[in-house]
Amino acid sequence: MRYTVPEFEVERNLQRCISCGACVRQCSYGVHYFDDDGKTVLADESKCVACHRCATICPTHAIKIKAFEMAYKTHFNWTPQAQQEILKQAETGGVLLSGMSNNKPYPIYWDKILLNASQVTNPSIDPLREPMEIRTFLGRKPKKLTFSADGSLATRLEPQVQLETPIMFSAMSFGSISINAQKSLAMAAKELGTLFNTGEGGLHPALRDFRDYAVVQVASGRFGVHKAYLEGSRFIEIKIGQGAKPGIGGHLPGEKVTVEVSNARMIPEGSDAISPAPHHDIYSIEDLRQLIWSLKEATQYKKPVAVKIAAVHNCSAIVSGVARAGADIIVMDGFRGGTGAAPTRIRDNVGIPIELALAAVDQRLRDESIRNTVSLVAAGSFRNSADVVKAIALGADAVYVASAPLIAMGCHMCQQCHTGKCNWGIATQRPELVKRLNPEIMSQRVVNLIGAWNHEIKEMLGGMGLNSLDSLRGNRLMLRGIGLNDRELEILGIAHAGQ
Amino acid sequence: MLQREGQVRIPSGCAIAAVTDRSGARFSGMDIIDCIALMHDRSNGLGGGFAAYGIYPEYRDLFAFHIFYDDNDARIKTEEFLFRHFDIETFEQIPTRKVKSIHQAPLIWRYFGVVPQSKIKKNDFDEEEYTARCVIRINNSIPGAFVFSSGKNMGAFKAVGYPEDVGEYYMLDEYKAHTWTAHGRFPTNTPGWWGGAHPFTLLDWSIVHNGEISSYDANRRYIEQFGYKCNLQTDTEVITYLFDLLVRRQGLTLETAAKILAAPEWDAIDRMPEAEREIYTALRVVYASALINGPFSILVGSKHGLLALNDRLKLRSLITAEKGTKTFFASEESAIRVICPEPEKIMAVEGGTPIFIPFAEVQD
Repeated sequence: MRYTVPEFEVERNLQRCISCGACVRQCSYGVHYFDDDGKTVLADESKCVACHRCATICPTHAIKIKAFEMAYKTHFNWTPQAQQEILKQAETGGVLLSGMSNNKPYPIYWDKILLNASQVTNPSIDPLREPMEIRTFLGRKPKKLTFSADGSLATRLEPQVQLETPIMFSAMSFGSISINAQKSLAMAAKELGTLFNTGEGGLHPALRDFRDYAVVQVASGRFGVHKAYLEGSRFIEIKIGQGAKPGIGGHLPGEKVTVEVSNARMIPEGSDAISPAPHHDIYSIEDLRQLIWSLKEATQYKKPVAVKIAAVHNCSAIVSGVARAGADIIVMDGFRGGTGAAPTRIRDNVGIPIELALAAVDQRLRDESIRNTVSLVAAGSFRNSADVVKAIALGADAVYVASAPLIAMGCHMCQQCHTGKCNWGIATQRPELVKRLNPEIMSQRVVNLIGAWNHEIKEMLGGMGLNSLDSLRGNRLMLRGIGLNDRELEILGIAHAGQ
Repeated sequence: MLQREGQVRIPSGCAIAAVTDRSGARFSGMDIIDCIALMHDRSNGLGGGFAAYGIYPEYRDLFAFHIFYDDNDARIKTEEFLFRHFDIETFEQIPTRKVKSIHQAPLIWRYFGVVPQSKIKKNDFDEEEYTARCVIRINNSIPGAFVFSSGKNMGAFKAVGYPEDVGEYYMLDEYKAHTWTAHGRFPTNTPGWWGGAHPFTLLDWSIVHNGEISSYDANRRYIEQFGYKCNLQTDTEVITYLFDLLVRRQGLTLETAAKILAAPEWDAIDRMPEAEREIYTALRVVYASALINGPFSILVGSKHGLLALNDRLKLRSLITAEKGTKTFFASEESAIRVICPEPEKIMAVEGGTPIFIPFAEVQD
């Protein structure tokens, strides 16, 4: 016998339902089914994950997904969720798994930071009349430039990555997401003048034309890493950690390793793809240095090398070390960052918010006078353009987004990516589901989204009296905290509203 | 209690002006006083000041320190420091005239000295770096003392008051310089601290500035990585340090520095021929945090010459005119015409386009 009740309730309005069966055909979780009469549509609600695919597609809007309401005797400690998780583990004996990102109500500092605007003493700038520059360069920079006697540049700049927006698409491997989802991001990146990231999944042959817009990852499993993969990229990213699951590796189950995935990752079909928790050739900072320089050497010093770490307690010291180890770009992923699959306990309890990590790291690198030599990229949940603006004012050069473009493609945050049954064709390898996602249409939706954010960023910049994002980077005077205590303000390096 | 510069960031509007003679001929401060006086309504009596180049030809190779003291205690401590770190040739109280509107004056002294050779040999830097560090040390660590001028053969004069009264107070009609700059201040707060008046100086750099920069904190946090401390929290201070870093310490030309602070737009850079595009792209990439954003017009004096620069969108007025060997700059055209009624050429300084007038050998 089961000890749990369903999480959701499917409410079907029978006056509206025309028994067309769209919901039955669409639901990969097997919730909807025809009764024996072949006409009446029924639902097995225990399988529902609230992905809303049926409700969205239903031509007569006959379906509503509701919470399955149950009264529990009030207990603030033993919440219904706490009880249900125990029951699940008692049934299965397994580690609880989740997709997407930390869903606990920790403080979201973006919502406790306010932006400034110009009044009287300096004018706001109208983005419709004046150029608004959001072009962004990532890469290692010298502290000064020198010129020859004839006026030509004597300093040789290390390779720089030019972006037309400070927003890039974060790592999502082919395997964790479908080829159509990845292709949508690649196409959008090309149109927007930014980059997508292969994750640790190798580069699918269908994306060969988008190599100039690809960040290729080298992670602990080293899947799909070869010379052409490295050389084809815009930059290389060594993945040490991920915000959603700091300290642990990854596991793509064998059933998801299709022929295509096996080719891209260079592993046998049907075998589990296990990324170990650490890189087994990196047991300390000096080992990381060797990998950074090996990758530079392998690509004739033409590609910047980034290092991605999860935001953890001592990230300031770690980032300082990584910068000195030779990384050109450092990516920090906060604990609200997404994932295809993570143990729930890790996802919800390990790591720190990107806002605090970013502020602390930016200040630390400045205290050491090396902030301007490396680029800092923040990741770990940017929900809108205001979050991006605040991150840049705290000190980020650019940000990575992943959940936002996935939502643009249909993701409804049901957090079931790890099951591989994504009804929206995003986090799945099942051909019948993958084909639901049309890259031509989806890339346009992503372009629309980031294009809209770019417009909003320009509006906010103009309001602050700035016409270049360069003047917002690290400009914390543009930020004020609201409802934050002194210690939080001190870490963020901002004053309180009203000051 | 109201806070003074350094404890709080005080934005201010202003009037600025400059007159320079390319030939190096020196003239009294009367013209610059008349010029800035005409723009009386652009300041509010809470700060005025002047910088003059070529005023101390008899001590041209000596650093001239102008210092405010709150009291004699601060003076004794500072002098002890100065005499230990420099060979001071002569020193005196800066002569002033009684002016009704100028009050609560601090003690105002000046010192002329050289850096002892032994100090240069002992340290790994030149006499300018040594002197700059000493000035910053006094301003940071001796309470009640503030070095407001530290260049050679130049000097700043400033006070709380209208600039024309400040000029009279310091008897600038009795000095002769080949280049004068002036500043009238309209702070949106009332600190009433003499050190907070402009020009701001470091070594032979002097800057008068009109506007409020929106990029302040980005610029401040950038420059502080190079060892500068923006204690006054003013735009002028951070701009001075940017010039000092780029030109004195990194060896770029003043014009290149101007192209970093008021960088060409990417649209323009993308259209440039390849060689030029490479240079401007590199400048913007490497010095992105030195870009000054928001409205500003500045007049920068230094041993190299006088530089005028407007923000790249031209959000602040700045007019220039020429007659004979003289060049004039002012926030308003009328202020130029009051001292030069019929200039040969008069025009607005273009946004982001620096005008540089190199100094000739000074005529004694």
